[in-house]
Amino acid sequence: MIYADNAATTKMSRAAIDAMIFHMENIWGNPSSLYEFGQKAQEAITSAREKIAKCINAAPAEIYFTSGGSEADNQAIISAAKVGAKKNKRHIISTAFEHHAVLHTLKKLEAEGFEIELLDVHENGLINPAQVEKAIRPDTCLVTIMFANNEIGTIQPIKEIGAICRAKKIPFHTDAVQAAGHIPIDVQKQNIDALSISAHKFHGAKGIGVLYCRKNFPLTNLIEGGAQEKGKRGGTENVPAIMAMAAALEESCANMAANTKKILAIRNKIIDGLNKIPYSILNGDAEKRLPGNVNFCFEGIEGESLLLLLDDKGICASSGSACTSGSLDPSHVLLAIGRPHEIAHGSLRLSFSEYNSEDEVEKIVSAVSEIVEYLRNMSPLWKDKVNGKKNFVLEK
Amino acid sequence: MALYSEKVMDHFRHPRNVGSIENADGVGEVGNAKCGDIMKMYLKIDNDIISDVKFETFGCGSAIASSSMATEMIKGKPVSEALQLTNKAVAEALDGLPVHKLHCSVLAEEAIKAAVQNYYENKK
Repeated sequence: MIYADNAATTKMSRAAIDAMIFHMENIWGNPSSLYEFGQKAQEAITSAREKIAKCINAAPAEIYFTSGGSEADNQAIISAAKVGAKKNKRHIISTAFEHHAVLHTLKKLEAEGFEIELLDVHENGLINPAQVEKAIRPDTCLVTIMFANNEIGTIQPIKEIGAICRAKKIPFHTDAVQAAGHIPIDVQKQNIDALSISAHKFHGAKGIGVLYCRKNFPLTNLIEGGAQEKGKRGGTENVPAIMAMAAALEESCANMAANTKKILAIRNKIIDGLNKIPYSILNGDAEKRLPGNVNFCFEGIEGESLLLLLDDKGICASSGSACTSGSLDPSHVLLAIGRPHEIAHGSLRLSFSEYNSEDEVEKIVSAVSEIVEYLRNMSPLWKDKVNGKKNFVLEK
Repeated sequence: MALYSEKVMDHFRHPRNVGSIENADGVGEVGNAKCGDIMKMYLKIDNDIISDVKFETFGCGSAIASSSMATEMIKGKPVSEALQLTNKAVAEALDGLPVHKLHCSVLAEEAIKAAVQNYYENKK
């Protein structure tokens, strides 16, 4: 099997599995218990908090454990909105291509009377910091802009956006689920007030994540029930998963330079190979993108068919077609960068990690090329384009 | 459980009657690119019997499988019988489709009806 869907989830690292099992077997006390056996668990999560804080240059007290990226996004946004509403501030700035954990939360707030302004992300999938500056109003209570996009991998100018928000005293949250462990994060230098992380995107376990939250960020809790996480998140801590997350993030950050070099080499070869397919296009800026992300549209075909046939060849990938999204519309990300529906249906995302190898490149490129040609040959849409009855949308 | 039945996967992996028919007696195309599926059916009709049928489909796995199954179900049958083919029958023949994919079998039914309609128009 060739696993090329690391933006969906990743294989757990040995270090993470070991940390998880060790704490399941040995440190299974409740961190809130007074006796020493419980306190050992408390010490363990304290050490994890320190490690994670160090990886993003935060203070340990600013790290809140959550059930994952979605909860972290929900909590950050709802907190800022609630506090904002008390001051009669109900304007929130975000982008059109956020993850649904952000977009659906914003949608809900909109129904409650908030005004949501989604900034245009342009064809290259990048926000210009000046857009944020222009959008900020006296009643803005939050700016939330993702660090790196989960589908097309584009990396936003977070530091510059953060600087603008800080100057205007607007809380700034970023969904860094795709960024953490893959590209450098420094919450101080990058002027970030709140940031969401999910462990299973960097070889940790599923069901665990972090909300980094600076002291000034107006944090309230979603889950009542205890004094855990300084009262901001009730529920007994998932100690084994927390320990695995800390081990995985520490490892990913320590090896980031070497991993990036390896993954970039794979990614660039895949992009070069897929670019040779006529009437195809790389989605998202070619330079300012995650090292492991490849996202293409192929004209005249539909993405789900492509995925199923890739699966038959042992290749795991993802698509933004409507059929894979479970709705009638294709990926909101591809629509946000201006791809027409027809083109967005024919998308393919390949995402790599350090567990991929260069010898997979040729297999992937030839499999995709072959399948695209096969599907085009049975596509009436493609035939009409070739015969000049319909126009091509993409360039040859 | 996998997303699709074995039958769907079989027809998707090995679609029957793919292609086009030159000088077809009836051609029908339904769906649109915006929605992500287009089906085109070609019929060769002799004495009101569908002697040959081919299809071309732009769409997902179940769209391709539905087209393939539908062509098998009407090949060699009288035109009147082909008109009776329902989307439900196509879906059942495929051992079922996921709920959000049922429209693929609807498209197959509509494509056949459009091709037959075209045949009648050509005959006039």
